[in-house]
Amino acid sequence: MNKHNELARRSAIARILANRGDMLVVTGLGSPTYDCAAVGDHSLNFYLWGAMGSAVTVGLGLALAQPKRRVLVITGDGEMLMGLGGLATAAVKRPDNLAILVIDNEHYGETGMQPTHTGTAVDLAGVALACGFRQTATIREAGELGDAVRVLHAAKGPVLVVLKVSTARDPLVLPPWDGAFLKSRFRQALLGAHIA
Amino acid sequence: MRTDAREGRRTPFANSCLFERTSMTRPTDGGTDTVRGDTVAAADAQNWPNLIFEKLREFDVRHVTYVPDAGHARLIELCQAEHDMEPTVLTTEEEGIGILAGAWLGGERGVLLMQSSGVGNCINTLSLAKVCGFPLLMIVTMRGEWGEANPWQVPMGQITADSLRLAGAIVYEVTQPEAAAPAVEAAARIVFNGGLMVAVLLSQRMLGTKLFKDCR
Repeated sequence: MNKHNELARRSAIARILANRGDMLVVTGLGSPTYDCAAVGDHSLNFYLWGAMGSAVTVGLGLALAQPKRRVLVITGDGEMLMGLGGLATAAVKRPDNLAILVIDNEHYGETGMQPTHTGTAVDLAGVALACGFRQTATIREAGELGDAVRVLHAAKGPVLVVLKVSTARDPLVLPPWDGAFLKSRFRQALLGAHIA
Repeated sequence: MRTDAREGRRTPFANSCLFERTSMTRPTDGGTDTVRGDTVAAADAQNWPNLIFEKLREFDVRHVTYVPDAGHARLIELCQAEHDMEPTVLTTEEEGIGILAGAWLGGERGVLLMQSSGVGNCINTLSLAKVCGFPLLMIVTMRGEWGEANPWQVPMGQITADSLRLAGAIVYEVTQPEAAAPAVEAAARIVFNGGLMVAVLLSQRMLGTKLFKDCR
């Protein structure tokens, strides 16, 4: 905290999603949703455009319903702070297929870059560990990304990785925001074309 | 007795001296049930959590998300004892909306059990179910509605049904215990067929009221 973070968010996320295989991805509202769209839209991405604080719980429900599939939640520090209780609930359920990636620029990017609690006091990886997550990490350097990929893809969950990233703004890349479409597209891709 | 940290959420309900089944449930001289005998109706009145549980099983509800509540205690125990069900305790009620959305994305059904105070916690998150058309079955035990002893429960209890309707949910208000399971059945049918939100509100008229008496 209070260090100058230089990691570029988009290239980091592109690396993390590069070999996603049959991974299921849930994104939190704001920049993480745009980042994942920029990496490439995918029918097994479920983008949240609202319901702030719900990214982890949507990922948890999905992980419990699909225990054989890896579920990756990609969200921001502001969104994560609004749903800290979800970390406690996820830790108690202890799904070994759930991984959470927090893209932490220590600011609310959607509303004018006001500082979040993570820039001054709150250690989200520490919160998750205290809740009972099996493994957590805070990554600041590009050289550590290989470890982040390994944990997020393969470590026994629930795991949480905080990526401390630069405050640089990337071009907006907007995925579809018709919620009913996103839901049905995801279900058909996962469960089969006969599913509404 | 296990005690949850939150005031008013002690279990088990059935043996709690904090609660009294007052005479608000139904008239003792019968006359309200023209189809079945009063003996059967009286048995249903005691048995409503079991009958709701059976409906949840019939509709293949697997994920049971809840914040502990005295009125739901028996139903929660039944769900915990069923190995096919996945009970999840929440820190706050809106987590259940996210979990059930995720479960539906993964092909499974669920229910959110909460007290009326929890409905206030849910309001913004209900937009997730509304805008995406996620099925959302809610069973809500009322506080602050009728016979309440704690004035702090009244503000939210008095706006629970209207708040749910404003957020886009269909609301079924149940005051008689024998009507609880049929209401859950009706709700589950349209929820899972239509991707709609329905809340079944269980009145204090059937649950009884918390009287704040010392158990010791």
